[in-house]
Amino acid sequence: MHDMEERVIGALAQLELGDRLLTSPAAMASFGSDALTAFHQRPLAVVLAESVDDVVRAVRICHRERVPFVARGSGTSLSGGSLPVEGGIVIALNRLNRVLSVDPDARTATVQPGVINLDVSRAAASHGLAYAPDPSSQSICSIGGNVAFNSGGAHCLKHGMTSNHVIGMTVVLPDGELVTLGSDSTEPAGPDWVGMFCGSEGLFGIAVEVTLRLVPVPEAVRTSLAVYDSLQAAGDAVAQIVSAGLLPVAMEIMDALAIEAAEASVKPNYPSGAALLIVELEGEREVVDGDAARLDELLRASGASETTATEDPDARGLIWKGRKSAFSAVGWLAPDYIVQDGVVPRTRLGEALAEIDRMSAEAGIRVANVFHAGDGNLHPLILFDGREPGAVERAEHLAGEILRLCVSLGGSITGEHGIGVEKRAYLSLMFSPDDLALMGDVRRSIDPLELANRGKMLVPETVS
Amino acid sequence: MIDTTDHVEAIAEAIRVGPRVLPVAGGTKPGLSRASGPDVVALDVSGLRGIIEYDPAELTLTALAGTPVAEVAQALADHDQYLPFDPPLAAAGATLGGVVAAATSGANALRHGGVRDFVIGVRFVDGTGRLVSGGGKIVKNAAGFDLPKLMVGSLGGLGVMVQLSFKVFPRPRATTTLAFDLPSREAQLETMARLNRGPVQVDALDLDRSGVLVRLGGDPDALAARARRLCEGVEADVQHFEGAADAAVWRDAAELSWVPAGSRVVRTGLTLRDVPGLDAALAPFAATVRYSLAANLAWIAWPGTRDLADLDAALRSLGRTGVVLTGTGTNAATDARTGGSRLIGAPTGGSFGSRIRSALDPHARFLES
Ligand SMILES: Cc1cc2nc3c(=O)[nH]c(=O)nc-3n(C[C@H](O)[C@H](O)[C@H](O)COP(=O)(O)OP(=O)(O)OC[C@H]3O[C@@H](n4cnc5c(N)ncnc54)[C@H](O)[C@@H]3O)c2cc1C
Repeated sequence: MHDMEERVIGALAQLELGDRLLTSPAAMASFGSDALTAFHQRPLAVVLAESVDDVVRAVRICHRERVPFVARGSGTSLSGGSLPVEGGIVIALNRLNRVLSVDPDARTATVQPGVINLDVSRAAASHGLAYAPDPSSQSICSIGGNVAFNSGGAHCLKHGMTSNHVIGMTVVLPDGELVTLGSDSTEPAGPDWVGMFCGSEGLFGIAVEVTLRLVPVPEAVRTSLAVYDSLQAAGDAVAQIVSAGLLPVAMEIMDALAIEAAEASVKPNYPSGAALLIVELEGEREVVDGDAARLDELLRASGASETTATEDPDARGLIWKGRKSAFSAVGWLAPDYIVQDGVVPRTRLGEALAEIDRMSAEAGIRVANVFHAGDGNLHPLILFDGREPGAVERAEHLAGEILRLCVSLGGSITGEHGIGVEKRAYLSLMFSPDDLALMGDVRRSIDPLELANRGKMLVPETVS
Repeated sequence: MIDTTDHVEAIAEAIRVGPRVLPVAGGTKPGLSRASGPDVVALDVSGLRGIIEYDPAELTLTALAGTPVAEVAQALADHDQYLPFDPPLAAAGATLGGVVAAATSGANALRHGGVRDFVIGVRFVDGTGRLVSGGGKIVKNAAGFDLPKLMVGSLGGLGVMVQLSFKVFPRPRATTTLAFDLPSREAQLETMARLNRGPVQVDALDLDRSGVLVRLGGDPDALAARARRLCEGVEADVQHFEGAADAAVWRDAAELSWVPAGSRVVRTGLTLRDVPGLDAALAPFAATVRYSLAANLAWIAWPGTRDLADLDAALRSLGRTGVVLTGTGTNAATDARTGGSRLIGAPTGGSFGSRIRSALDPHARFLES
C-alpha cells in the first residue's frame, strides 16, 4: 500500500469507528457503484457515519491529507453521482437517519440526511402533513441525496422540486467547517444560500441536517386514466389541460412499451393503448369535484378512447405503483437499458416524442417512454442487449442524440437525475465557456482542492 | 427580440472601472437602492425593459430584468395567468430584477411559494464584467448550479441581472377575503396555525392590527362553500370582503399603505413561534408590524425617529435577519451605528456565503450588504 494511503487509513482509524470503518474490498463491494451500474470504482475506505462529528472529523482528515471524498446516501443516483472516486473516501450517511423534529405550526420538519424520503411523510402523518417531493425511488432514496440532486417526482408539477421544500440546512464544508444556511422560515433574508446548495451534486460539501417544508395532506385525491391512440394525442391533451387553467398535481404519460413492462411486473391493470395519460387532482373536496368535472370534459374532447377515474386509495396506489416501478420494469423487456432524463418545453413534447420515435426506428433500438408530461420531463428508456457487440455504444449514442434533441428544442440535459459522471461532457451544450468558467470558480471558492465529489458535474471535457 | 448588447456592454464597463456599483431600477425600495458613500454609484438598469418570451401554453415567461412587474402582470392577466409569488409595490413601479434582488414575496405567495420557487433562469453580469447564464426557460432543470436562486435576495451584491425567466401559473378565477376578529394574540396565533394546516387551502394568511386576514381563491362556484367551512372552525366575528373590497385589502398590503409615514420598512423571515417575542421586542419603540405568509414573514414599520441599531439588536436576539427596504430615517447619526447596512440582525451564509461572493465578485465591485 502507498504511504499516503496508509497514512489516511491510519488517521481514520484514530476516529475509533470500529466496524464502521471499512477498508477490505469485500466489505466495500456494495459501495463501488450507484444505480448507474455501468460505472464502478473502488474507494480507499468507507466511513459509516453515525454523528455529525463523525462527518466533520472524516472530512477534516480528507482535507488535511488532500484525499477526495464522496458523500453517499442510498446510492440510487442514476448519473454516477455517488460513484466513489478512485483512492478516495466514501462517507456513508444512511445511519444518520433520525427525524429530529416536526413542527406542525410552522409546517416544517428537521431531519438528518440519511432519512429516507418516505419516512418524512410517515413522521408528519399524525399532524395531517406530508413531504411533497416524491421521486419514484422515494421508499429507498435519502433526503441528503435528494438535496444534492434537487430530485423531483410525479407530483412536482404543482409542488415543485426538492429545493422548493428545503429552507434550512447545516453543512460540513469541504475543509470540515460547519455552517448553517437558511432557517426554519420559508422567507430567506440575504442571498438564497440554501437554494444554491440544493442541486450542487455534493460539490459544496455534506449536508448533515436539513429543514424541510411540509404540506397538508389533501382531503381528496382523484386519479384519472385516459387512453390515446398516439403519444402525440396524449401530449396534446396535456397542453389542453394546461391551457384550460387547470393545475393538476401530476400529469404522467406512458407509451405502449412502458405499459407492457408495467403489466409484466407489477400488473397495475392499465387499459391498453398506444399511450396512457395519468392525471391526478388533489385538494379540498369542493375543489377536486369542480376540477374533476372540467377535467373529464377536457379528456373527452381531447379524443381519449377510454377514460376512468378513481379516488379509491388501493386502486390509486396500484396506478402509481405501476408508474413508479416503470424503470425497473423494463428489465422484463430487455437484458439492459439506459434511463435517460431530458427536458423539453412542454409545448414541444409532441415534436420531441415524434423525433425520438424516428431516431429509435432509424437506429433499430427500442425505446420505451414514460415521463412527467406536465413538466416536459422525458425519461426515454433505451433497451439493448449488452452481450451483442457494439450494442452498448449504439445505445449510448442514441441516448446522447436524445439529449442534443432536448437542448435544440430549448430544453435541458437533465430534469432531475443530475449531471454526475454521466453527462459531464454534455453540459457545454447548454452553457457557454463563461458560464462554465463561473461554475468552476464558484466550486473552487468553496473547495479549492476539489475534494468534494471530484470529477462529478464539472470537468473540462467537451463534446462538439 | 430586443437587442441588449449596448446595455450589457455599458454595465460590464461600469463594473470593470470606476467606483463600485449598485444596480437600481424602479426605486420602490429606496433602502436598497440608495448608493451610500462616495465610492459607490447607482447603475440605472431600468432601460432593460420588455417581455422577451411568453407563451401562455408553456406557463413560463422571460423578460428583461428592468421590466416593471405591472407590465408583466398585465400581460399574464390577459391570459388568466399570474406571478404566484405576488410581488409587492407593483403599482409603485417595482421591477422584476428588484423583486428578485430583494426577495420580496407578497401575501398571496402562501398558496404556491415565493420568488425563489418561481425564478427558473437568469442572465447577469458578474463582478468581473462577465455575462453569464444559469438555469433556463423550462420549468424543470437540474443542470449546473442553481444561479437563479442565488440571485434571490442578493440585493444587487452578486451580479447585475439582465434577464430573468419565471414559472407562472393560472390565476384563481375568483377570490374572497375573510377577516376574523379574535379576542387575544394567543387566539390569533392558534387560529393562524390551524388554518395553515388545511384542509381548506388558503391563498393568503396575514395578521395585522385588525386581526387575522384570510384570502381564498379558486373556482367561483365553490368559493362560498369553502368560506363557510373555513369559518366553521373559528369562533370569532367575521367580516367578508368581496369584489373590489377583497382586491383593496390585498392591494393595501402589497403597496404597504398601512405603513405610518416616516417609517422605515424592514422585512424579516421568522416563524409563528417568534411572534410573541418580536411583539415584545418592538413594543417599547412603538413600531407597527404586519405578519404575513402564516407568520413566516414580518413587515416591520420602524419609526424614522428610532435608532435602527435597536431593531438590529432585537432581531439578533431572535436569531433573525432583516432587510431594510425603505426609508432613510430622520436620525442619520444613529443609522450610522448599523453602518448604513441593508441587512440587519443575525448574519447569514457564514463562510459559505463569503466564499461564493469571492467567486462572483472577486474585486468587491458590488456592495455586500
Ligand atoms: C428506480 C429508481 C427511480 C428513480 N426515480 C427518480 C425520480 O423519480 N426522480 C428523481 O429525481 N430521481 C429518481 N431517481 C434517482 C435517485 O433516486 C435520486 O437522485 C435520489 O435523490 C438519490 O438519493 P440517494 O440517497 O440514493 O443518493 P446517492 O445516490 O447516495 O447520492 C446522490 C448524490 O448526492 C450526494 N449526496 C448524498 N448525500 C449527501 C449529503 N448529505 N450532502 C451532500 N451531498 C450528498 C452524493 O455524493 C451524490 O452525488 C431514481 C433512481 C432509481 C434507482
